[in-house]
Amino acid sequence: MMETAFTPWASLAGGVMIGAAATLLMLFMGRVMGATGILAGLVVPASRNEFTWRAAVVAGMVSGPVLVMFLTGQMPAVQVPVSTPMLVIGAFIVGLGVTYGAGCTSGHGVCGMARLSPRSIIATITFMACTLVTVYIVRHVLGVS
Amino acid sequence: MRILAAYLIGLIFGVGISIGGMANPAKVLNFFDVAGTWDPSLIFVMGGALITTFIGYKLVFGRSAPIMEDSFQVPANRTIDLKLVGGSAVFGIGWGIAGFCPGGALPALGTGRWEVIVFVLALLAGIFLAKFIQSMGARSAA
Repeated sequence: MMETAFTPWASLAGGVMIGAAATLLMLFMGRVMGATGILAGLVVPASRNEFTWRAAVVAGMVSGPVLVMFLTGQMPAVQVPVSTPMLVIGAFIVGLGVTYGAGCTSGHGVCGMARLSPRSIIATITFMACTLVTVYIVRHVLGVS
Repeated sequence: MRILAAYLIGLIFGVGISIGGMANPAKVLNFFDVAGTWDPSLIFVMGGALITTFIGYKLVFGRSAPIMEDSFQVPANRTIDLKLVGGSAVFGIGWGIAGFCPGGALPALGTGRWEVIVFVLALLAGIFLAKFIQSMGARSAA
Protein backbone atom coordinates (compact mmCIF):
# COMPACT_ATOMS: atom_id res chain seq x y z
CA MET A 1 0.00 0.00 0.00
CA MET A 2 1.11 3.49 -0.78
CA GLU A 3 0.06 6.76 0.84
CA THR A 4 -1.04 9.52 -1.53
CA ALA A 5 -1.48 13.20 -0.67
CA PHE A 6 -4.97 14.70 -0.43
CA THR A 7 -5.22 17.15 -3.36
CA PRO A 8 -8.72 18.71 -3.32
CA TRP A 9 -7.93 21.76 -5.48
CA ALA A 10 -5.94 19.99 -8.19
CA SER A 11 -8.55 17.24 -8.28
CA LEU A 12 -11.42 19.74 -8.49
CA ALA A 13 -9.64 21.59 -11.33
CA GLY A 14 -9.05 18.27 -13.10
CA GLY A 15 -12.71 17.35 -12.67
CA VAL A 16 -13.87 20.69 -14.11
CA MET A 17 -11.61 20.12 -17.13
CA ILE A 18 -13.05 16.62 -17.65
CA GLY A 19 -16.54 18.16 -17.50
CA ALA A 20 -15.52 20.90 -19.93
CA ALA A 21 -14.22 18.28 -22.38
CA ALA A 22 -17.47 16.29 -22.08
CA THR A 23 -19.50 19.46 -22.70
CA LEU A 24 -17.39 20.47 -25.72
CA LEU A 25 -17.62 17.01 -27.29
CA MET A 26 -21.41 17.20 -27.05
CA LEU A 27 -21.43 20.80 -28.35
CA PHE A 28 -19.22 20.11 -31.38
CA MET A 29 -19.82 16.43 -32.24
CA GLY A 30 -23.02 15.59 -30.37
CA ARG A 31 -21.33 12.63 -28.68
CA VAL A 32 -20.96 11.30 -25.17
CA MET A 33 -17.42 11.45 -23.78
CA GLY A 34 -17.08 7.82 -22.72
CA ALA A 35 -13.69 6.10 -22.79
CA THR A 36 -15.40 2.73 -23.30
CA GLY A 37 -17.44 3.87 -26.30
CA ILE A 38 -14.44 5.62 -27.82
CA LEU A 39 -12.22 2.53 -27.39
CA ALA A 40 -14.90 0.12 -28.61
CA GLY A 41 -15.37 2.31 -31.69
CA LEU A 42 -11.65 1.96 -32.39
CA VAL A 43 -11.58 -1.83 -31.89
CA VAL A 44 -14.68 -2.43 -34.03
CA PRO A 45 -15.19 0.73 -36.12
CA ALA A 46 -18.62 1.25 -37.70
CA SER A 47 -17.19 3.44 -40.49
CA ARG A 48 -14.07 5.38 -41.37
CA ASN A 49 -15.64 8.61 -40.12
CA GLU A 50 -16.50 6.96 -36.78
CA PHE A 51 -12.90 5.77 -36.46
CA THR A 52 -11.22 9.09 -37.26
CA TRP A 53 -12.73 11.36 -34.61
CA ARG A 54 -12.23 8.71 -31.93
CA ALA A 55 -8.57 8.27 -32.90
CA ALA A 56 -8.15 12.06 -32.69
CA VAL A 57 -9.72 12.18 -29.21
CA VAL A 58 -7.42 9.38 -28.01
CA ALA A 59 -4.39 11.16 -29.51
CA GLY A 60 -5.43 14.27 -27.56
CA MET A 61 -5.84 12.28 -24.34
CA VAL A 62 -2.38 10.73 -24.70
CA SER A 63 -0.93 14.22 -25.26
CA GLY A 64 -2.42 15.38 -21.93
CA PRO A 65 0.41 14.27 -19.62
CA VAL A 66 2.98 15.57 -22.13
CA LEU A 67 1.37 19.03 -22.02
CA VAL A 68 1.32 18.90 -18.20
CA MET A 69 5.02 17.99 -18.27
CA PHE A 70 5.69 20.88 -20.65
CA LEU A 71 3.80 23.39 -18.46
CA THR A 72 4.92 22.24 -15.00
CA GLY A 73 8.20 20.47 -15.74
CA GLN A 74 6.87 17.32 -14.12
CA MET A 75 5.25 14.24 -15.61
CA PRO A 76 1.98 13.38 -13.78
CA ALA A 77 2.54 10.64 -11.17
CA VAL A 78 1.68 7.08 -12.15
CA GLN A 79 2.24 4.85 -9.11
CA VAL A 80 1.19 1.24 -9.60
CA PRO A 81 0.77 -0.42 -6.19
CA VAL A 82 -0.24 -3.81 -7.63
CA SER A 83 1.69 -6.71 -9.17
CA THR A 84 1.86 -7.19 -12.95
CA PRO A 85 -0.42 -10.28 -12.92
CA MET A 86 -3.04 -8.25 -11.02
CA LEU A 87 -2.68 -5.41 -13.50
CA VAL A 88 -3.21 -7.76 -16.46
CA ILE A 89 -6.08 -9.74 -14.91
CA GLY A 90 -7.77 -6.56 -13.66
CA ALA A 91 -7.45 -4.90 -17.08
CA PHE A 92 -8.92 -7.92 -18.86
CA ILE A 93 -11.85 -8.03 -16.41
CA VAL A 94 -12.38 -4.27 -16.88
CA GLY A 95 -12.52 -4.83 -20.67
CA LEU A 96 -15.21 -7.51 -20.31
CA GLY A 97 -17.22 -5.51 -17.77
CA VAL A 98 -17.29 -2.17 -19.56
CA THR A 99 -18.32 -3.83 -22.84
CA TYR A 100 -21.30 -5.63 -21.27
CA GLY A 101 -22.10 -2.69 -18.99
CA ALA A 102 -21.78 -0.34 -22.01
CA GLY A 103 -19.77 2.27 -20.15
CA CYS A 104 -17.31 3.15 -17.41
CA THR A 105 -16.46 6.03 -15.11
CA SER A 106 -16.51 8.65 -17.87
CA GLY A 107 -19.50 7.43 -19.91
CA HIS A 108 -21.84 6.35 -17.10
CA GLY A 109 -20.23 8.09 -14.11
CA VAL A 110 -19.91 11.56 -15.64
CA CYS A 111 -21.91 11.92 -18.89
CA GLY A 112 -24.78 9.55 -18.07
CA MET A 113 -25.16 10.79 -14.50
CA ALA A 114 -25.13 14.40 -15.78
CA ARG A 115 -28.09 13.50 -18.04
CA LEU A 116 -29.75 11.87 -14.99
CA SER A 117 -29.97 8.63 -16.98
CA PRO A 118 -31.42 5.89 -14.72
CA ARG A 119 -29.22 3.28 -16.50
CA SER A 120 -26.08 5.27 -15.75
CA ILE A 121 -27.06 5.96 -12.14
CA ILE A 122 -27.60 2.22 -11.55
CA ALA A 123 -24.35 1.36 -13.38
CA THR A 124 -22.31 3.92 -11.42
CA ILE A 125 -23.66 2.84 -8.02
CA THR A 126 -22.97 -0.80 -8.98
CA PHE A 127 -19.37 -0.36 -10.11
CA MET A 128 -18.43 2.07 -7.33
CA ALA A 129 -19.79 -0.38 -4.72
CA CYS A 130 -18.03 -3.36 -6.35
CA THR A 131 -14.73 -1.47 -6.56
CA LEU A 132 -15.01 -0.52 -2.88
CA VAL A 133 -15.69 -4.12 -1.83
CA THR A 134 -12.94 -5.48 -4.12
CA VAL A 135 -10.31 -3.08 -2.73
CA TYR A 136 -11.36 -4.01 0.82
CA ILE A 137 -11.09 -7.75 0.08
CA VAL A 138 -7.80 -7.45 -1.81
CA ARG A 139 -6.09 -5.25 0.78
CA HIS A 140 -7.63 -6.19 4.10
CA VAL A 141 -8.90 -9.77 3.73
CA LEU A 142 -6.45 -11.34 1.28
CA GLY A 143 -3.68 -8.86 2.03
CA VAL A 144 -2.20 -9.05 -1.47
CA SER A 145 -0.95 -6.24 -3.66
CA MET B 1 -11.53 20.93 -38.46
CA ARG B 2 -13.37 17.94 -36.97
CA ILE B 3 -10.10 16.18 -36.28
CA LEU B 4 -8.55 19.28 -34.69
CA ALA B 5 -11.62 19.84 -32.49
CA ALA B 6 -11.63 16.18 -31.42
CA TYR B 7 -7.89 16.31 -30.67
CA LEU B 8 -8.20 19.46 -28.53
CA ILE B 9 -11.19 18.04 -26.63
CA GLY B 10 -9.18 14.87 -25.94
CA LEU B 11 -6.29 17.04 -24.79
CA ILE B 12 -8.46 18.95 -22.27
CA PHE B 13 -9.75 15.59 -20.99
CA GLY B 14 -6.19 14.21 -20.77
CA VAL B 15 -4.89 17.21 -18.82
CA GLY B 16 -7.92 17.02 -16.50
CA ILE B 17 -7.35 13.32 -15.82
CA SER B 18 -3.63 13.99 -15.23
CA ILE B 19 -3.93 16.87 -12.76
CA GLY B 20 -7.00 15.32 -11.11
CA GLY B 21 -5.08 12.16 -10.20
CA MET B 22 -7.20 9.67 -12.17
CA ALA B 23 -4.13 8.53 -14.12
CA ASN B 24 -2.52 7.38 -10.87
CA PRO B 25 -3.72 3.92 -9.72
CA ALA B 26 -2.28 4.45 -6.21
CA LYS B 27 -4.53 7.49 -5.79
CA VAL B 28 -7.57 5.77 -7.32
CA LEU B 29 -7.21 2.68 -5.11
CA ASN B 30 -6.67 4.86 -2.02
CA PHE B 31 -9.97 6.61 -2.75
CA PHE B 32 -11.71 3.26 -2.34
CA ASP B 33 -9.57 2.15 0.62
CA VAL B 34 -11.70 3.80 3.29
CA ALA B 35 -10.43 1.30 5.88
CA GLY B 36 -6.75 1.93 5.06
CA THR B 37 -4.74 4.67 3.34
CA TRP B 38 -7.84 6.69 2.37
CA ASP B 39 -7.40 9.66 0.01
CA PRO B 40 -10.74 11.38 -0.69
CA SER B 41 -9.35 13.50 -3.58
CA LEU B 42 -11.29 11.68 -6.28
CA ILE B 43 -14.63 12.80 -4.91
CA PHE B 44 -13.52 16.27 -6.07
CA VAL B 45 -12.72 14.95 -9.55
CA MET B 46 -16.09 13.21 -9.84
CA GLY B 47 -17.97 16.14 -8.28
CA GLY B 48 -16.23 18.76 -10.42
CA ALA B 49 -16.74 16.74 -13.60
CA LEU B 50 -20.36 15.93 -12.83
CA ILE B 51 -21.44 19.48 -11.94
CA THR B 52 -19.61 20.98 -14.93
CA THR B 53 -21.11 18.44 -17.34
CA PHE B 54 -24.60 18.82 -15.82
CA ILE B 55 -24.54 22.60 -16.41
CA GLY B 56 -22.72 22.25 -19.76
CA TYR B 57 -25.22 19.73 -21.13
CA LYS B 58 -28.15 21.92 -20.04
CA LEU B 59 -26.70 24.76 -22.14
CA VAL B 60 -25.74 22.53 -25.11
CA PHE B 61 -29.13 20.79 -25.27
CA GLY B 62 -30.71 24.23 -25.65
CA ARG B 63 -29.43 24.03 -29.25
CA SER B 64 -31.23 22.06 -31.92
CA ALA B 65 -28.04 20.36 -33.15
CA PRO B 66 -24.30 20.16 -32.43
CA ILE B 67 -21.95 22.48 -34.35
CA MET B 68 -20.26 19.85 -36.54
CA GLU B 69 -22.96 17.16 -36.84
CA ASP B 70 -26.63 17.00 -37.86
CA SER B 71 -27.93 15.67 -34.56
CA PHE B 72 -27.07 14.72 -30.99
CA GLN B 73 -26.35 11.02 -30.55
CA VAL B 74 -27.27 10.34 -26.96
CA PRO B 75 -27.68 6.71 -25.78
CA ALA B 76 -31.37 5.83 -26.19
CA ASN B 77 -31.31 2.46 -24.41
CA ARG B 78 -33.50 2.68 -21.28
CA THR B 79 -33.47 -0.97 -20.18
CA ILE B 80 -31.98 -1.84 -16.83
CA ASP B 81 -31.05 -5.50 -17.18
CA LEU B 82 -28.57 -8.11 -16.00
CA LYS B 83 -26.14 -7.11 -18.77
CA LEU B 84 -25.93 -3.55 -17.42
CA VAL B 85 -25.74 -4.46 -13.74
CA GLY B 86 -23.57 -7.57 -14.21
CA GLY B 87 -21.21 -5.79 -16.60
CA SER B 88 -20.87 -2.83 -14.25
CA ALA B 89 -20.22 -5.17 -11.30
CA VAL B 90 -17.51 -6.98 -13.28
CA PHE B 91 -15.98 -3.62 -14.24
CA GLY B 92 -15.91 -2.61 -10.57
CA ILE B 93 -14.09 -5.82 -9.61
CA GLY B 94 -11.47 -5.28 -12.34
CA TRP B 95 -11.05 -1.61 -11.40
CA GLY B 96 -10.53 -2.61 -7.75
CA ILE B 97 -7.86 -5.16 -8.74
CA ALA B 98 -5.90 -3.06 -11.25
CA GLY B 99 -6.56 0.56 -10.18
CA PHE B 100 -6.92 1.95 -13.71
CA CYS B 101 -10.24 2.66 -15.41
CA PRO B 102 -10.28 3.12 -19.22
CA GLY B 103 -10.64 6.94 -19.00
CA GLY B 104 -7.70 7.10 -16.61
CA ALA B 105 -5.47 4.70 -18.51
CA LEU B 106 -5.75 6.28 -21.99
CA PRO B 107 -4.25 9.64 -20.94
CA ALA B 108 -1.75 7.80 -18.71
CA LEU B 109 -0.34 6.21 -21.90
CA GLY B 110 1.25 9.60 -22.54
CA THR B 111 3.60 9.11 -19.60
CA GLY B 112 5.19 6.25 -21.57
CA ARG B 113 5.15 3.94 -18.54
CA TRP B 114 5.22 0.24 -19.44
CA GLU B 115 2.60 -0.62 -16.80
CA VAL B 116 0.05 1.53 -18.63
CA ILE B 117 0.84 -0.09 -21.98
CA VAL B 118 0.40 -3.54 -20.39
CA PHE B 119 -2.93 -2.44 -18.85
CA VAL B 120 -4.28 -1.00 -22.12
CA LEU B 121 -3.29 -4.10 -24.15
CA ALA B 122 -5.03 -6.43 -21.66
CA LEU B 123 -8.02 -4.02 -21.59
CA LEU B 124 -8.28 -4.17 -25.39
CA ALA B 125 -8.08 -7.98 -25.23
CA GLY B 126 -11.03 -8.00 -22.80
CA ILE B 127 -13.07 -5.60 -24.95
CA PHE B 128 -12.26 -7.61 -28.07
CA LEU B 129 -13.26 -10.93 -26.45
CA ALA B 130 -16.54 -9.47 -25.14
CA LYS B 131 -17.34 -7.97 -28.57
CA PHE B 132 -16.52 -11.32 -30.19
CA ILE B 133 -18.81 -13.26 -27.82
CA GLN B 134 -21.56 -10.67 -28.37
CA SER B 135 -21.29 -10.97 -32.16
CA MET B 136 -21.38 -14.79 -31.90
CA GLY B 137 -24.52 -14.53 -29.76
CA ALA B 138 -26.10 -12.11 -32.23
CA ARG B 139 -25.29 -14.48 -35.11
CA SER B 140 -26.74 -17.57 -33.43
CA ALA B 141 -29.88 -15.62 -32.48
CA ALA B 142 -30.36 -14.41 -36.06
